[in-house]
Amino acid sequence: MRKLLLLLVVLVTGVVFASRLFYLQIYDSSYDKLSQNNAVKIVYDYPQRGYIFDRHGSLLVSNQPSYDVMVIPRDVKPLDTLEFCSLLRITKKDFIRILAKAKVYSPRLPSVVIPQLTKSEYAALSEKMYKYEGFYIQKRSLRDYQVNHSANVLGYISEVNERIIEKNPYYQMGELIGMGGVEKQYEDVLRGTKGVKYIQKDRFNRDIGPYKEGIFDTLPTRGNDIKLTIDAALQQYGEDLMVNKRGGIVALEPNTGEILALVAAPNYDPSLLVGRERSRNFTKLYYDTIAKPLFDRVLQGEYPPGSPFKTLTALIGLQEGVIDLDERISCHGGYSYGRRKLGCHHHASPLAMIGGIANSCNAYFATVYRRTIDKYDTPQEGIDHWREHLLSFGLGDYMGYDLPAGNKGHIPDADYYNRAYQYPTYKWYSAATISNSIGQGEVLLTPMQMVNFTATIANRGYFYRPHIIKNIIGADSIPSKYKEKNITTVDPKYFIPVVEGMHDVYRYGTASRIGVPGIEICGKTGTAENYIRVDGKRMQLTDHSVFVAFAPKDDPKIAIAVFVENGYWGSRWAGRIAGLMIEKYLKGEITRKDMEDFVLNGSLMDEYKKPYSGVPFQINN
Amino acid sequence: MGAVTRNLKFDRWTILLYVMLVIAGWMNIYSASLTDGSQGLFDLSQIYTKQMLWIGMSFILILFILAIDSKFYERFSSVIYLVSLLSLLGLFVLGKNVNGATSWYNFGSFGIQPSEFAKAATALALGKYVSDIQTNMKELRHQIRAFIIIILPALIIIPQPDPGSALVYAAFVFPMYREGLNYIFVLLGFLTAGLFVGTLMIGVPWMAVLIVLFALFHYLNQRRKKNRPKLTNYLALALIAIGFTFSVSYVFNTVFEQRHRDRFNIVLGKEVDEKGIGYNTNQSEIAIGSGGWTGKGWLQGTQTKGNFVPEQHTDYIFSTIGEEWGFLGSMTVVLLFIFLIIRLLILSERQKSTFGRVYGYSVASILFFHFFVNVGMVIGLLPTIGIPLPFISYGGSSLWGFTILLFIFVKLDASNYINR
Repeated sequence: MRKLLLLLVVLVTGVVFASRLFYLQIYDSSYDKLSQNNAVKIVYDYPQRGYIFDRHGSLLVSNQPSYDVMVIPRDVKPLDTLEFCSLLRITKKDFIRILAKAKVYSPRLPSVVIPQLTKSEYAALSEKMYKYEGFYIQKRSLRDYQVNHSANVLGYISEVNERIIEKNPYYQMGELIGMGGVEKQYEDVLRGTKGVKYIQKDRFNRDIGPYKEGIFDTLPTRGNDIKLTIDAALQQYGEDLMVNKRGGIVALEPNTGEILALVAAPNYDPSLLVGRERSRNFTKLYYDTIAKPLFDRVLQGEYPPGSPFKTLTALIGLQEGVIDLDERISCHGGYSYGRRKLGCHHHASPLAMIGGIANSCNAYFATVYRRTIDKYDTPQEGIDHWREHLLSFGLGDYMGYDLPAGNKGHIPDADYYNRAYQYPTYKWYSAATISNSIGQGEVLLTPMQMVNFTATIANRGYFYRPHIIKNIIGADSIPSKYKEKNITTVDPKYFIPVVEGMHDVYRYGTASRIGVPGIEICGKTGTAENYIRVDGKRMQLTDHSVFVAFAPKDDPKIAIAVFVENGYWGSRWAGRIAGLMIEKYLKGEITRKDMEDFVLNGSLMDEYKKPYSGVPFQINN
Repeated sequence: MGAVTRNLKFDRWTILLYVMLVIAGWMNIYSASLTDGSQGLFDLSQIYTKQMLWIGMSFILILFILAIDSKFYERFSSVIYLVSLLSLLGLFVLGKNVNGATSWYNFGSFGIQPSEFAKAATALALGKYVSDIQTNMKELRHQIRAFIIIILPALIIIPQPDPGSALVYAAFVFPMYREGLNYIFVLLGFLTAGLFVGTLMIGVPWMAVLIVLFALFHYLNQRRKKNRPKLTNYLALALIAIGFTFSVSYVFNTVFEQRHRDRFNIVLGKEVDEKGIGYNTNQSEIAIGSGGWTGKGWLQGTQTKGNFVPEQHTDYIFSTIGEEWGFLGSMTVVLLFIFLIIRLLILSERQKSTFGRVYGYSVASILFFHFFVNVGMVIGLLPTIGIPLPFISYGGSSLWGFTILLFIFVKLDASNYINR
């Protein structure tokens, strides 16, 4: 025993040390991470964001340098707070709040103190920064807008928030991400890839050179430039026309689905959302809940389409075989069903299909619609067949275009009416849904959906999914879904009379006075009744002015939908705007100066104030 | 000199293990002390260059040690011991204060730490005393005298203050036991340590419960045997043990200073204070833990490069090994030490003279104690006690001290065969 004691102790020690080392080095992996945090600093190198061009290659968005004041809370040493705050032009209270927030986010990762300083602010600050340990200036690249339009299309970039960081670990606090519009949709393409540098630190947190001679470091890759389908001149013109009006204009190239213009009014200057005033401006836009400048009426606004929808009623009626082209239907100031009547304006009677479209006869389309629904044994079946046709025009659902905003609109189905009428306790018949025939009632479309069915008519039976990307420079091609033909359930031959009808709208119909010389336009007016609730009171407002058109008739180059909220009848605002846009796009100059003056100088601001005036008001005057 | 060495069989295993440890030491010192300002291997301001110098001088020292006649060490052990004591005492007059401890003599730009050499001197003196024909280690009288030989240098070292170096003398309990010290002392030592740590970990009440339960269990177990001990004896022992646990709590809370308490608490995991006193241990555990199986590679340790572990080239050198060479590397070093100690024990047992055996045992014990305390501290099993890792840690005095200690034994062992 005396000989063995020390030997035993040595062996036991060996086993204990071996297991402790095993535990530390192999079993417990948390030490490995700790070491990374401790000794290696990660520094990012931000690439240039890709530029954005219009379809003709003119520059819309480029970059400008900007400077953020950053802080690493752990490294902050006692400082002259008052002096620093006056340099940064913030109050001491704000400063303390920002610092506390940064500490909560992470004591050792950088947070933003003041975002987006301009060059001159940076110059003033940079020479004094050395005095404030833990603070430094990070150079970033900000957007520089070459145009003051298209804010709804382009979107904007802003700092990522905690939610985004949680979802996507690529982003770090203070980094920028596209929010809305093309910036959001093509974030991955535009942003490029940031470079990473690993810096070895010592225990005083000083840099002592690249980690492992920089073998893990990566270089930043610049973001790709992209070319949009937007025609900047047309877009600009559209926004000018929509000044002092609310609504939207959207124009497509029918044989490609490319979006030529996408105007939502009111809009704002995209430069407002850049720089130090960004958050103040954004708040102002965000809380304007009446004009809603951040609400893209073209993509998100769901409106009753009104009379342009009659073209679809006609197409479905023809496809279902419930009406002959030549069958004349008479109109005695409207369409009577049961004890009720769907009113109509004064026009010649009786009318066949082409005349019915040209004169927008309610009685004609109510008849066609009822026959379509009643063709089937039950109204449920009828509605669902009718709906199938409409869905094939891209209505009633998200359309799959490459912009992040959007709503589905609404095409009612049998279930919808069963619920509404409490079927089978109560029954309902086609007459109950008669307003659908003229684009009122339960049907809701976004202006984007309206232009899509217009383009489909222009193409005589098919459409390409609308999209805003022309091409990504440096990449192969755009997604194939934008090159697929979507064919409707309506036979192409039935489109011919409908196109004729839309042509006659200009020849002798509801748009006979707003034609453009030298261009064969096909169009359809719409005057949509609408209601709002203010303080819980439902009230009717002046009708929306709606217009869809395409031109030229035989080789359509442009399809357009215009929606002017509370603009009264279709040809008053929307029709004129559509004509001007078409002329601008096809000819590049305006011959109908009278129309242009009317629109440019006209304002609907008084109309929009009515429901909020608190006094009784007249509509449609 | 050549004639003397040629005919002797120096133990090759010991020398091989020594050389491997010294080389491993230098490589890790190089890594731990490498800075951007380094001017190559011959820049004398660099720590690794100095260590190279110390190693080179050690080899010369070894030649001298092996050249001297082995009888010299036994015959002059008393003189060596006395000189060593005097050199320790001289520190109080001529010593230089480094890091709060006056344990150095200064000669221009480098210093000598006599306590590193006193261990060898004490081992020689102990060997000499025990091997004396008149000494019987079974007798308490002689045990006390031997004890005084051991404790004297420790008592001089404590007030320098350098309690870590003084603690090393506890290692001599192993040769003492080998030579006849009652096992009770060793047992008492272990028991005291066990009760001490146990009390600190789970507190007095639980410890008392445990002791009573253990005593009862043992009593019931023994009851069936013929000459069973009395219950009162058990109770008395249990009471003494409980009394001790109370005194532990008292000593810990009133006699110990806060820094001592902290060191214990960190190891017992009671207070996690990563920025303050626990910083060293925590950083060293991180460094070792991040090594994984094979480590980050020589000169690639991020913790090492960032100088996160204080005193990394001296007391914490093992953390560099752990980080850069991983589990395999650190286990290799652990095994090298264990092989060396076992080899020394084997050699000790085959010594013909008591002097040689006692000295050999002392060498093995001292090396083991350093290894145990140093590595135990670096991997967070023991409180912070600043003593170097033999042959590996940076420092001329330490390296020479251990070299002398080891190679005197190599010489003694080799002469065994000559005198046959």
